[in-house]
Parts: sequence; C-alpha cells; structure tokens
Amino acid sequence: MNNDAANRTPSRENLHGGGRVAVLALALLLTASPAVTHADAPLNYFLHAAGPAATPTMRLGWALAALVTVVALIVVVLLIGAIARRRSGAERDERHVHAEGGGMHWVWIGTAISSVALFAALAYVLVTLESVASPGREPTLTIAVTAYDWWWKIDYAGEPAVTTANEIHIPVGEPVKIQLKSADVIHAFWVPLLAGKTQTIPGVINEQWIQADRAGVYRGQCTQFCGAQHAHMAFEVIAEPRAQFDAWYASQAKPYAPVSAAVDVRAGAELFNERCAGCHAIRGTDANGAQAPDLTHLNTRRLIAAGTLPNTAQNQLDWIQHAQRIKPDSLMPSIALSATDAAALTAYLRTLQ
Amino acid sequence: MTEHAPSPPPLRRTLILGRIEPGSDEERALREIWEAPPGWRGWLSTVDHKSIGLRYLVTAFLFLIAGGIEALIMRVQLARPDAHVLTPEQYNQLFTMHGVTMIFLYALPVLSGFSNYLWPLVLGARDMAFPRLNALSYWIFLFAGLFLYASFPFGEAPNAGWFNYAPLSGLTYNTGPNIDVYALGMVLLGISTTVGSMNFVVTFLRMRAPGMSVDRVPVLVWGTLTASGGNLLAVPSVSLAFFLLWLDRRIGTHFFDVMNGGRALLWQHLFWIFAHPWVYAVVLPAMGIVSDALPVFCRRPLVGYLPVAMSTVATMTVGFVVWIHHMFATGIPALALSFFGAASMVIAIPSAVATFAWIATIWTGRPVFRVPFLYFAGFVFLFVIGGLSGVLTAAVPLDWQLTDTYFVVAHLHYVLLGINVFPVIGGIYFWFPKFTGRMMSERIGRVGFWILFVGFNVAFFPMHIAGLLGMPRRIYTYAPDMGWNTVNMITSVGAFVFALGVLVFLVDFVYSVRRGPAAGDNPWDAPTLEWSTSSPPPPYNFAVSPRIASRHPLWEERLSGRMRSQLTVGYVLNRGREALGTSALDGDPDVILKMPEDSYAPFWLGVASLVFFTGLALTAWWLAGVGLLGCAGAIVVWLWPRRELGQRDDSPDDDAPKSNNTRSPRAGATS
Repeated sequence: MNNDAANRTPSRENLHGGGRVAVLALALLLTASPAVTHADAPLNYFLHAAGPAATPTMRLGWALAALVTVVALIVVVLLIGAIARRRSGAERDERHVHAEGGGMHWVWIGTAISSVALFAALAYVLVTLESVASPGREPTLTIAVTAYDWWWKIDYAGEPAVTTANEIHIPVGEPVKIQLKSADVIHAFWVPLLAGKTQTIPGVINEQWIQADRAGVYRGQCTQFCGAQHAHMAFEVIAEPRAQFDAWYASQAKPYAPVSAAVDVRAGAELFNERCAGCHAIRGTDANGAQAPDLTHLNTRRLIAAGTLPNTAQNQLDWIQHAQRIKPDSLMPSIALSATDAAALTAYLRTLQ
Repeated sequence: MTEHAPSPPPLRRTLILGRIEPGSDEERALREIWEAPPGWRGWLSTVDHKSIGLRYLVTAFLFLIAGGIEALIMRVQLARPDAHVLTPEQYNQLFTMHGVTMIFLYALPVLSGFSNYLWPLVLGARDMAFPRLNALSYWIFLFAGLFLYASFPFGEAPNAGWFNYAPLSGLTYNTGPNIDVYALGMVLLGISTTVGSMNFVVTFLRMRAPGMSVDRVPVLVWGTLTASGGNLLAVPSVSLAFFLLWLDRRIGTHFFDVMNGGRALLWQHLFWIFAHPWVYAVVLPAMGIVSDALPVFCRRPLVGYLPVAMSTVATMTVGFVVWIHHMFATGIPALALSFFGAASMVIAIPSAVATFAWIATIWTGRPVFRVPFLYFAGFVFLFVIGGLSGVLTAAVPLDWQLTDTYFVVAHLHYVLLGINVFPVIGGIYFWFPKFTGRMMSERIGRVGFWILFVGFNVAFFPMHIAGLLGMPRRIYTYAPDMGWNTVNMITSVGAFVFALGVLVFLVDFVYSVRRGPAAGDNPWDAPTLEWSTSSPPPPYNFAVSPRIASRHPLWEERLSGRMRSQLTVGYVLNRGREALGTSALDGDPDVILKMPEDSYAPFWLGVASLVFFTGLALTAWWLAGVGLLGCAGAIVVWLWPRRELGQRDDSPDDDAPKSNNTRSPRAGATS
C-alpha cells in the first residue's frame, strides 16, 4: 500500500464526481425518452396502451419502474455514502484492520425491507396477471393467425370465411380471441399496445386475446427470431367501429370482381396466373397458391411485404421486381419484367380492390 | 478385509511436521519434483493448475475480443436505420457467434481460469484434485472453441441464435453445416465443463489445507463450487438437447420434428433447464471475486460471510426452478407461470443479501481507492441495475411485453458485463501481481476504468429505452420511423467507447507483463493464503502444508491478537509429487495423495476428441472412428498403472518422529 495515501484524495473525488455524472446522465436519458417516444414510436407499450389486455400491464410497468428506480437510487446513495463517508483519524492507520463483526444489521434490515417490497410487488404482479390473462367476457370474434416465413396469414372463421394477410381488422371495444399457429418455425405475435406477446409454435395452437378500446391502427411485430427476415415481419391491427368492421368484412368476403376488361388488365391477369399464382391466391380466379399472402383485396391494405412498405402502385412494382433487395433471402423472388409486362401487371393489381 | 490372506504392509505413513526454508536443498528438490519440463514439452504436458488457469484466462480473453469485434460490427450496422453494412445472413451469424462466444467461450472459462489458478493457492493445496483432468478440460475447451469457429471463415457459422430454437435450427430450415458445427461443438464443450466441474467439487471436498473447515474458505470457492455443482446437473440437459438435434439433422430421428410426432417446445425446455442455471454459473464465481477482494480494499473482513455464502448456494438452488421465465410467452397456462414468476422474483432476495453485505463492508471499512476497488464498487452499481431490471422481467404480464425486446438485451448485458466483466478486470488488476510478480499501472488502470464505466452505461442503458420503445431483439435493421434512431446511435457510440476502455486495459496488461514494477508477495496486504506465497508462486505452491485456524490467516494477528494458523511449519510432503487430502467438512488430514506427473495424455485425448467430433461434423464416419480409437489409446495411456504412483510405503514407520501433531493418514493416488 505504498502510494495509497497519495492516491486516496484524488480518486475519491473522481469516483464521487463520476458517480454523480453517471446518475445525472441516467436521469436525463429516462426523462428525455418519453419526449422521443410520444411523437413517433408506434410500439411504445410503456407509455401507451389501448385495451384491457394491455393497460393493467402498462400500469404495472410504471409501478415496478418507479419501485426499482427508487430502490436503485437508495442503493446508489448508500454506496456513494459508504465510499465518501468521513472516517475518524484512528482509522487511517494503514496496517489497521477492522474487526470482522459489525455491519450485520445492514444485511438484515436491507434484506428485510427488500423482501417486503418484493412480496408487495409480487402480489401486484399476480393480480395483474389474473386480469390480463383472459378477457372478462366471451370473445365476440375468433381470428386464426398463422405465421409464415416472413408474413402473417389471417383467417376469419365466420360465414363466409375471410382470408387476408398482414392486416387484422377488429371491432372496437370487443374482446377478440386470436388463435396462433405456425406454418414453419417459431414466431411470436405481438401488438404491444393491445397485449403482450405469444409464440406461434408449429404443432401447437396457442391462444391469446386482444381488445382495442379506441379506433386506430396498432402496429404488430414478430419478436421471436425466425431467420433471415425476422426484422421485416410486421403487421397491423386496425380497430374500427362495429358497423365499419362489418362492412370491411363483407367486402373482404367477396371474391375477385373484374372491374375492367381493358387489354392490359387481361394481359396482367394472364401474367399473374403464369408467374405468381403458384404461391399467391386471388379468390374467384385460377390463382390459388397457398404459400404466400392472399391478394384478392390487395389494395384495401395499408402496407405490403409484411409491414415493410406503404401500399402504393409504385411500391408494389418495386417489391415484385426487387423483393430480394428489399427483403434479402425472403421467399419472394425478384422478378424481371419488361416495361410492357410491368405496366400490365400493375394494371391488373390495381383492380384488386 | 479378510483375515485369512497374509496382510500387506499397512497403507499408513506418519506425517512429519517440518519447515522447508526457501533456497535450501530440500526446497530445490521440491521445485524439481513439481516443475514442468522446459519448452514445448512442458507446454503440452504440464498439469500445473497455475499454467492451466492462466491459459484459461488468456484464451477466454481472446474469445472476449473476438466476440467484442463481432459486437462492434453489429453496432455499426444498427447505428442508423435501414443500413446495409451487413446482409441479414451475415448479421444473424454475427449475433449468434457473439452470443456463443461471450456466453460459452468467455464468461465461464474466464472464471474457470481464476478458479483454476486460485483454488489450490487459497485452499493451501499443491494442485487441483485431478491435475490431468484439469489439463484435459482446458484442451477440450480450446478445441471446442476452435471447432465452433471453424465454419466462420467460410460464411457458414451458426446462425440460429445462441438459444438455437428448433425447428429453425432443424435441417428443413437450416441446411448448411452451420448448426451441425454448433451442436457438436456444444457437446464437445460440455465434456470440458463437466470434467472441470467435477474437479472443482472434489477439490473442494478433499484438498483444503488442514484446519480449513468449510466455513473458512473464501467466497470465490463457494461461488465456483456452486457453479460447478449447478453445471454438473445442468450441462447434461444441453448436451442431450444438442445431441438430439444433431441426430434429427444427420441420422433422421424426429425429436423436434413436428411433422413426425416430435415437439418443437421440447428444445426450449431442455435448453433453458440448462441455460438458466448457467447464467448463475457465470456470475456467482465473479460475485465471489468481489466478496473476497473488495474487503481487502475496505481494510476489514467481509460483512456477513455466512449469509453471503449461503445466498450463493440459495441463488443456484432456486435458479433450477426458474427456467420457465425464459418461456413466459410460449403459451403455458397462467397459473403455472405465476409459480415460476414468483420463484424468479424470490431470487432477488439472496441478491439483496449480497448487495447489502458489500455496501456494509465499504461503509464500516476504510476504502482504499486503488484500481480494483473502482471496478468492484462499479460492479455493485451495475449489479443493482441489472438485478432490478431482472425483477421487471420476472413479472409475468410485464415480461409478455419486455421479452425479446432490447430491454432484455440491456438487462442481460448489465448482468453479464456488470457482474462478470467488471469483477474479472478488477480481479485481474488484483491478482496480476500474484500471476506475474509485477504491478499493473495505477494511472492507466484508473483511466481505463472510467472509460469502461462510462462507455458501458452509454452503450447499454439506452437499450432499456429501446426495449420500452418496442425494439425487438435480433433484427438486422429497422425502419427510420419507429422512434429507435437516437437510442441506437447512442448505444453504438457507447459501444466504441467501451471498446476503447478494453483496449486501454489490454495496453496496460501487455505493458505491465514486461515492465510493471516488482510486486512483492503481498502488495495489497490481503488476508488469504495465496498472498503468503511468493509472486509468482513456486511450482509446488506451499513448501509445507499450512495449517489454518481462521478465514483470514494473514490478518489473524491483527484481528484476534494472536497468530494461530501455521504457515511456515507444516506437514512435509516431498517424496515425489504428493498432496494432502483432508476430510470433507472439518479439513482434518486424511490421506496422502500421490499426484500424477506431467502427461501428454490429456492433450492427445483432447486432439482425438476433436478428430472424433470433426468426423461427425463431416459425416465422415471413418474419421470419427479414427478419433474414437485415438480416444481409447489416450485413455489407456492415461490409466496405465505407474509404480511411482504406488500406494505402498516402504519406509519403516518407526523412523518417523511421533508427536501429538503427527497423523497417520492413508495413502492414495489421484488422477
């Protein structure tokens, strides 16, 4: 301990000052974040929840975050106090070693208080679990969601049945049961503003429920690593008033209706049946592939490529021609099209209303 | 024993108390007995725990650097939205190898390094119980690490995450050699972990110095013992899981194959039954490092040795019933989840015990602000944050939101870097003088600490926020309108600051190995046995077996006013490589252990195992057969009876002086 005495003073200041800076930085980060989140973070479940399967959890999150922040601050204050505390002169003898006893009341009191806080938290957790685990009343709607590499197939078992992709419509204010399946590997279904996540596991049908108390668009996302395009496996839940939902449902239930007999539309349809129908279906036509999203009412959706691009004519064409650039290693190939073919296909896709 | 046969000479020898002076002929003879041969022969054949421990440390650190570089490349990709630095496949291989490297090739091996080096020294022993097994566990660790990296240069590295969920890791979705390398590499590494753990458990039970009852061992020993016990129960689960996966992939079984009656979820159970205890295995020994070394810089013994040691064991015990908290989102019924969630929260209690014991130690002591103290105090801060964020993830409904987001990434890095890397670097600063005989730089060390500490928090704290903003884990890129841009940029900057801190540490390390000032035997005035040896310690560790009367032999005089432990006069064991075996609880002398000579057998057994697993990976059965024959050959050489390890004592007992202090233990051989 030769240079101990020389080192003591400066380093104590170091730690003290540095500790303060670190605490300040953490506090700043914490308080700055809501400002960022509020504006434009669609998956921010910490500050936003829109239904009874998510709101109790959000409150639990606040309570636990407050609890752990207080505990962290207390412990840090104790730690800094322990380090910076003024010592009596007698203790400064370098060879002096304190006796082993003493200090045990720290352990007992600290642990006792922590345990009480912990069990109180646990009680709150279990109450919250009870309230979000299942809906208070029978779900009014059951939707089967099947996860595929790397998109979502949505099946409504109503009469008539409806199949769509990457966009789930639900009526506002009603509990909805989601049946979760997987066509390949394990994925996870997550609409953070409406509920927590549940894995989709091949060979198993998992269930969860969601409910939106406000009309709106809620973004969802696969959260279980599922291979190359895990990053681009999003979807949307659109909550709308019952009447609007029923209207949407009725329109989705209809098969493809030819709205135009223009030459390029017919050429486009032919091209589609030749190049795309192996995987994609358009109900009411010969295209009945089951490996990829059902495109019967493609243009009613807000996004394409599993939440990756806004659904515009230009983006549709980009996606067809450059899928492997936009989502490398996805199962959608990049398809080379002549200008004429591209125009025809675009014209046909425009009719998928 | 039957009465009829003529009885062989009794398996007894009287222990002699004596003193062996440094520089005496006896001391030189002892050194000759224990020293490894010079040059590459010694390098390949040594079974000295000190060499093996240092190799573990250095190898693990090289893997840490590799994993760190992988992380930096990923942080470049994630610094901005929609970046194209990496393809998704490259990113997936990088994050998988980053996890595999840090968790399996750095976190436990680095602690095994400390424990291998330190255990015999803090226990007052000559070596580990099974020196050759010790060498084997290092060689297999090294070979398994190289094996796991073998496909990396070909762009075929494991790519399904370190958790490697089936069926993504099955042949249907992953046709290349990527997963075979991972599966077989993990089975191979499991052998290393298993034999290493057995060695620690037996060493704890049998190799403590006389008088060192179980309540007198340092907390590091409790930490490593607990980790080893946990590993012995947990590793079979993961070795089995990976073996079954490999069978599914290459032999055509269907354990995880849903189409043929298998169960995908089986993988998650087998994996997490292993991986959760493993999490404790890679932090408990590091917490032990702090519990032992922090008090040295507070100039007092640890507050609450017994509760801290007990909480170490309690953490691991409860840790075996919490694996489901990695699977809250798998659809298991809520009632079952509530039990596992409650158990997970209860783990916070032993953590609280340890935390308050450390703070009380600082409070009631007199802090000495040397570099190790900074790392240990910083560790307490990070431990608290990591532990508290863990409470959030244990809350089942909240975890349904948090799991698989960056919040968990933040949590696990606070836990694994905060509780492993900070104590490890602090521990290296602390024991460097013992390892090398030189001191590391106080000034560079302090600069390095602050860069690491600030860089760490700048890198990882914002990840909590990214997680609360909904950023999923393991995505290779993200869209610019998700609100994640700023936090990711801050994290990437912090990651590079952290890397700079590691660089500063490495510079100090490399410089000090050659140029550091001489340290002396006990530069920190520390209380435990390793500091009673020279720096670095002689090949035989202790010239005579010390006898221990307290937890703090070198502070005894100052703590109790009287030196009761005997460090210079002790049992003389110098007829070949000999060590003293003691009783399991009280540490009473029980048996003289004939320790093995240096041997090439562990190295060749490691090589043959590598050949065997390479054969399996290439499905070249003939090569696997060659490897298997090699293993058999190496084991035969290993087990071949040796006269010098004989268990009969031909020297007449009557010559030995008898006194109250002499004992007549049995003699036995060890491997």
